[in-house]
Amino acid sequence: MSEFHRKIERNTMRFVLAIIVVASIGGIVEIAPLFTIKSTVEAAPNMRVYTPLELAGRSIYMREGCYACHSQMIRTLRDEVERYGPYSLAVESQYDHPMLWGSKRTGPDIARVGEKYSDAWHVAHLYNPRDVVPESVMPAYRWLLRNELRIDDLPGHLRAMRDVGVPYTDAMIENAAKDAFGQAAPESDAAVGVTERYGAATHMRAFDGNAGRLTEMDALVAYLQIMGKLTDAAQKTEQTKIGE
Amino acid sequence: MIARLTVAERQSALLILIVMSFLGLAMAAAGRGTPFGLHGFLVIAASIGVGLPLLRKFYAPEPDPAQFEQYYDDPTKVGIVLAMLWAIAGMFVGVWVAALLAWPDLTIDAAWASFGRLRPIHTSGVIFGFGGNALIATSFHVLQRTSRARLPDQLSPWFVLLGYNLFCVVAATGYMMGVTQSKEYAEPEWYADIWLVIVWVVYFLIYIRTLARRKEPHIYVANWYYMAFILVVAILHIVNNLAVPVSFGDFKSYSAFSGVQDAMTQWWYGHNAVAFFLTAGFLGMLYYYLPKRAGRPIFSYRLSIISFWGITFMYMWAGSHHLHYTALPQWVQTLGMTFSIVLLVPSWASAGNALATLNGAWHKVRDDATLRFMMVAAVFYGISTFEGSFMAIRAVNSLSHYTDWTVGHVHAGALGWVAMITFGSIYALVPWMWKRETMYSARLIEVHFWLALAGTVVYVFAMWNSGIIQGLMWRTYTDSGTLAYSFIDSLVAMHPYYIARAFGGLLFLLGAIVGTYNVLMTIRVAKRERAQSGGGTDVPSYGRDPVLQAGE
Ligand code: HEM
Ligand code: HEM
Repeated sequence: MSEFHRKIERNTMRFVLAIIVVASIGGIVEIAPLFTIKSTVEAAPNMRVYTPLELAGRSIYMREGCYACHSQMIRTLRDEVERYGPYSLAVESQYDHPMLWGSKRTGPDIARVGEKYSDAWHVAHLYNPRDVVPESVMPAYRWLLRNELRIDDLPGHLRAMRDVGVPYTDAMIENAAKDAFGQAAPESDAAVGVTERYGAATHMRAFDGNAGRLTEMDALVAYLQIMGKLTDAAQKTEQTKIGE
Repeated sequence: MIARLTVAERQSALLILIVMSFLGLAMAAAGRGTPFGLHGFLVIAASIGVGLPLLRKFYAPEPDPAQFEQYYDDPTKVGIVLAMLWAIAGMFVGVWVAALLAWPDLTIDAAWASFGRLRPIHTSGVIFGFGGNALIATSFHVLQRTSRARLPDQLSPWFVLLGYNLFCVVAATGYMMGVTQSKEYAEPEWYADIWLVIVWVVYFLIYIRTLARRKEPHIYVANWYYMAFILVVAILHIVNNLAVPVSFGDFKSYSAFSGVQDAMTQWWYGHNAVAFFLTAGFLGMLYYYLPKRAGRPIFSYRLSIISFWGITFMYMWAGSHHLHYTALPQWVQTLGMTFSIVLLVPSWASAGNALATLNGAWHKVRDDATLRFMMVAAVFYGISTFEGSFMAIRAVNSLSHYTDWTVGHVHAGALGWVAMITFGSIYALVPWMWKRETMYSARLIEVHFWLALAGTVVYVFAMWNSGIIQGLMWRTYTDSGTLAYSFIDSLVAMHPYYIARAFGGLLFLLGAIVGTYNVLMTIRVAKRERAQSGGGTDVPSYGRDPVLQAGE
């Protein structure tokens, strides 16, 4: 072995090539099949895409670093399923570019937080968590209520999402800014067409309690309320993998 | 320093800065009023900041040709100082976020100061700012000494060092403004990522070109690790950051991958950022500075080979241990677990090789805090890799995942291994670089050592406790078969440990401040003494003091 190695370590290019080859194998064997083996991601025909408002909320979730403390991945363990709900399926984050599974639970998992609390609870909680959960260590996000949501660039965001494979239609992209406003102002003209494009179950309401003004709070709460609700595949799947 | 560049190098440098200023201008124009635009102005400011001193010495005469007979260490010197400054900044933010978890209301109502935005400043600040600068600085030093060849030119090392620091500053300021991809350890957005690729290619070329000029037939072990660090980080960085930007002018991009494929790609990246950034590069340091300081050759050449190729091959399989019991197919989880366990063999081969090298020099370890830093680093390397392999077992991970146990493991590696080997190496390197017998104060190294060790122990024990308590509380059932504790119950139980962690971190930070003071004072004293000191024998190709080859 030593003799063979002494040959390699005398030649830079040989050494470089050896490192590249040896280091590439693991990734190729483990990652490439995930794109080709069909059973990796379950089928969920009724899976819907994020509305522009929810997508904007998701960007705020990332911007504020919520993922650093909250996971969105319920593991196949009995206590997790009892605490948080059915374990997460791969298909549920199929449109998540990138995924936000998280790696640390300073706060609880929120993969299924959608519709668990009222909008008003979320607004109060984000404004000052200790008003509703006295022991919480979560930061207060008061500026979300102050900041108007930027929507003029949303068509570009949907288009980029389509470029990476999310099935947004031309109509969705064209109407993205209007739909974002309309979703949080259901009485306004802008609300027309949102449910046609995103489904009758789309939440149409003033998430921050004020329909006249579209804030970052609207977007983030809209996103929180859709978590775990893009498809009901998990509820319909028998929980056979628990403890495996 | 600038007058030591050749006239042609100064001209090329100016050209690069002009091109960068225009790039910055284009960014500022395209992203008016947004973080992207502000980063444009930052690029312009950085170009001018480097350009002004350059212009001041632009017409200085050609440097004395005698300097080309000596090693080129200016970038290493600056890199050392930058590493120490990043250490203070990154660890200060670490203590800050630790305090926020203990006392969440001790803050101001400003977005940039909230936990979620500060935390990546901490991780990037210490890993990339402190670790990265230390790696670049030491790699240039080790590369030249073990090849007995000078760096191929004087411009590209500066491009790498300063360009890399521009990347770090763009990253950290970006997080404050909410610019992040949210991928752990790969948070910087697309434009910073592209810039880093350019910097990295130049870095790789420096390595290749210097090795091509080497006067030693063999490539020394330390360079194997530095090369693996450079090459594999490039592969990981490019693949994991593939993304489609919203537009030129918008900082935001959408990852090419989604869901489960993204998770696997991200943790293939994430775990190997640990392996090739936080481990391979620092093993390079270990393999040079430890034998050099101890005055003994590496214990076993054979072990070096086994551990090098074992690490290079096996780490790349292990990323899926971050995804146990998730929606990732089980066959991938099983593969990740298996390789993580076997990984203990090459890891302990390295740690053992380092400790066996010290055999016969234990009296030096006792008396010399610099060598003790390196010894303790090797021990913590052994501890954290053992812990890692243990946590990669699915049943263990079901308890440890998502808890502070992971954070404890991280900092056993980060404080005990990464930071300790870096401080040890820097204390060895600084006197050589500034041509002095010793550091300014041996006492202060001793003080730093004990602060660092105490801080690490307090931090790690606090997190082991809190993590295991947390994990157990989440899964405890009452007699009637219901969950015994609410999530908030477990959070309340963490409070004392969060305070202890902040205290341990503070000790560690104080140590880093003491160390920086010592380095800066050494530089000052050395400058005062420079008149008397000669060039020494630390010169290419005919250095009297032979480099330590493995097996020699
Ligand atoms: C044989 C070597 C090692 C193995 C098998 C290993 C294994 C692991 C495991 C199982 C986790 C927990 C993953 C999870 O549950 O989320 C982890 C996390 C981590 N380890 Fe290691 N580890 C090793 C060495 C190291 C070293 C030397 C460091 C150095 C500094 C390190 C840094 C980290 C970091 C930063 C994380 C946290 C990742 C995150 O969740 O953000 N590891 N490692
Ligand atoms: C003064 C010393 C330090 C203190 C007080 C400190 C504190 C912290 C805190 C509070 C967190 C967040 C944990 C959480 O979210 O629950 C953290 C995360 C982290 N720190 Fe440090 N840290 C220090 C030094 C370092 C150093 C020197 C490194 C690396 C070289 C490092 C690497 C990391 C990493 C990789 C994480 C992310 C862990 C994960 O995601 O699992 N830290 N640190």
